[in-house]
Amino acid sequence: MINLEMTQKMMDVRSGMNNMATSMLRPISRHYDEHEHEYPQELDMFRSIKIMSRPKKKKEGEEAKPEKPGAKKLGANLSMVIVIEEMCWGDLGLLLSLPNAGLGNAAIAAVATDEQMERFGEKWASMAITEPGSGSDSGSITARATLEGDEWVLNGEKIFVTCAERAEVAVIWATVDRSAGKAGIKSFVVEKGRPGFKLEKLEHKLGVRASDTGTYVLDDCRIPKDNILGSAEIKQSTEGFKGAMKTFDNTRPLVASMALGVTRAALDLTREKIEESGIQLDYEKNPNNISATEKEFYLMEAHLEAMRLLTWRAAWMMDNGEFNNLEASMSKAKAGRYGTLIVQKCCELLGPLGFSCENLAEKWMRDVKITDIFEGTGQIQHLIVARNVLGYSSKQLK
Amino acid sequence: MEDREFGFSMSEEQSSMKDTVAKLIKSMVAGNPAHDMDEERKLSREIIDKIWELGATISTVPEEYGGYGMEYSPVMNTIFLEELAAGDMALAIAATLPSTFIYTILQMGTEEQKKKYLPLYCDPAYKACTVAINEPRFKFDAVSLETKAEKKDGKYILNGKKCFVPMANDSGHILVAANADGKMELFIIDRNNPGLKIGEREKNLGLYALETYPVTLENCEVSAADRVGGETGCNYSRFLQNTRIAMAAIGTGVSRSSYEYAREYAKERVQFGEPIASRQAIAFMIAEMAYEVDAMRLMTWKAASALEAGRDAKKEAYLAKLYAGEMTMKLTDYGVQILGGHGYIRENPVERYYRNGRGIAILEGMATV
Repeated sequence: MINLEMTQKMMDVRSGMNNMATSMLRPISRHYDEHEHEYPQELDMFRSIKIMSRPKKKKEGEEAKPEKPGAKKLGANLSMVIVIEEMCWGDLGLLLSLPNAGLGNAAIAAVATDEQMERFGEKWASMAITEPGSGSDSGSITARATLEGDEWVLNGEKIFVTCAERAEVAVIWATVDRSAGKAGIKSFVVEKGRPGFKLEKLEHKLGVRASDTGTYVLDDCRIPKDNILGSAEIKQSTEGFKGAMKTFDNTRPLVASMALGVTRAALDLTREKIEESGIQLDYEKNPNNISATEKEFYLMEAHLEAMRLLTWRAAWMMDNGEFNNLEASMSKAKAGRYGTLIVQKCCELLGPLGFSCENLAEKWMRDVKITDIFEGTGQIQHLIVARNVLGYSSKQLK
Repeated sequence: MEDREFGFSMSEEQSSMKDTVAKLIKSMVAGNPAHDMDEERKLSREIIDKIWELGATISTVPEEYGGYGMEYSPVMNTIFLEELAAGDMALAIAATLPSTFIYTILQMGTEEQKKKYLPLYCDPAYKACTVAINEPRFKFDAVSLETKAEKKDGKYILNGKKCFVPMANDSGHILVAANADGKMELFIIDRNNPGLKIGEREKNLGLYALETYPVTLENCEVSAADRVGGETGCNYSRFLQNTRIAMAAIGTGVSRSSYEYAREYAKERVQFGEPIASRQAIAFMIAEMAYEVDAMRLMTWKAASALEAGRDAKKEAYLAKLYAGEMTMKLTDYGVQILGGHGYIRENPVERYYRNGRGIAILEGMATV
């Protein structure tokens, strides 16, 4: 049954996380924006919180905890998008810097064997896919992995790796057979300190400066044979690659929720200033009989609501085991683009307050831009949505 | 209020209603009939009757007033309106028109008003009754009306001009919104009241098939007993919430039609040796239409969910209508644009969607949830 009223549980999660973001992230937000590459030690306390983990298997005979009568279940993904929105209302760069919560951790949690989980489950893992010549077209990567005896030998260069310096292990995407195309692409866990594995440099970025982004170079780097995630076998089909891409169906709503958080932060500040100036937002008058500032504000709020509902739907579908490739891309297409436009507009409405580093608005404008870029640019999301609704393959719609 | 499960999927009841309406629309309206009704400036009474026979409006009215006593669901009503509007917006307004009168009195009327007026219109046969909110002037605002209601000798005297009153000529009663000392109130007025004049049928940009009329109130005397809610008056904010959510649902339906028509056209229209949909310039417009239609619907559902939970939905209803108004214009524009020159020709429905769509942001009080 359709019901989009937030449950008590959802509101509790939201207010709890908002308190945390207010007390822990906002106070250090500007500092780490100005001190790029400095590790935010305040985040160490999150190390023990397993954000990108998987539920422990129940021991035999152990009974599930009885639910409180009347309490409604809150799915893990819907819960996660609410948490991320609040954290990013605090600070997106700091969220990306949370220990043990890298994309690599998500990949490991998704496909690792129990034995691999034992070895890597507790480690902070970065995800290395992008190469200088391979961005959105991740099927074109050239990093190679060759099996020599009991070891894989890795060669190649990986750029734009989030948490490149801070992570303890890296999930490296490489091809085991270029002629096999996408089917030959596998992912490997490489521990820091392996000979031949080097952090080449750290980038200086437009925004999310609290998060370290770097380049890895792999030069005959040898890792144990069982550091491969998933099967080493090259199947005729591209199921394996598609499986990896499916990870993105799960993470796209998360990126969309990052846009929600930053956008709401900017709107909250703008609302505060509008109200301080004596304007009452009453949500009733004809939008053409109010000031341009008010109308802009209402429209932005409406877009934020649209972004949020598309995002929550994609997450909710995941919780309910529904295939959400289309809805996940819809959420990110909308949230990445409109988040960017809204925060730009907030800075304009804030006037001098929106251009000065005295306030965080200018930082949010720089930060939110990444949500329309990483995990598939807005254009890639539109391609995915269009192919889906038109019933076109990637050959029919390039 | 108990905490209900949060969710995006339709219940069996909701999807069966959606399917029933969709089937009816497909068999009777889609394609030429909608076009013909628009050209002939006349809705088919047969189709209106068929829709009324579904009983969606009166089903939730208590049996003592002539309904079937089922549970009232604003969410269900948005689903109903979207499906109807996806067939034809003029039809959606006309076929559900009595709902606005009925629900307003049911939710805000005195016991006496309910007993007197509801049985007249909660009937298995469609009987028109309408609402007069809009006023023909620049800077019209539903929350500060220029039509005045003054209390005199225990009666109300109404003066002012109304426009876009749907089917006023066929209606037995008109619910008129007026400014009573700064507070907006609703009055139940018999169409034969000598102070109420219905003018010549209007000619509008869109909704050609929907008869709308100007209504003039000249020292129109209304008994105090016919002020909705009696002594306490009506909950005007709630009245606007109901109608704004309804307009958002209708906007979703019109936009969806534009999207679906343009999408199928783009797959069939071949230029430079391939379907135009296989070019990103067109494909990206179609992608945008796809997620914006969904976004409009979700915002409508969200506002309706708030009402269903018994909560005030002022903000949600306002934002849903604002969004639907903007997006319907954008999406119906895209529909015409994707068809190019063919979209400008009245044979294709996108030009009708474009004209009708302009109404979403402008019109108030044409439908309800």
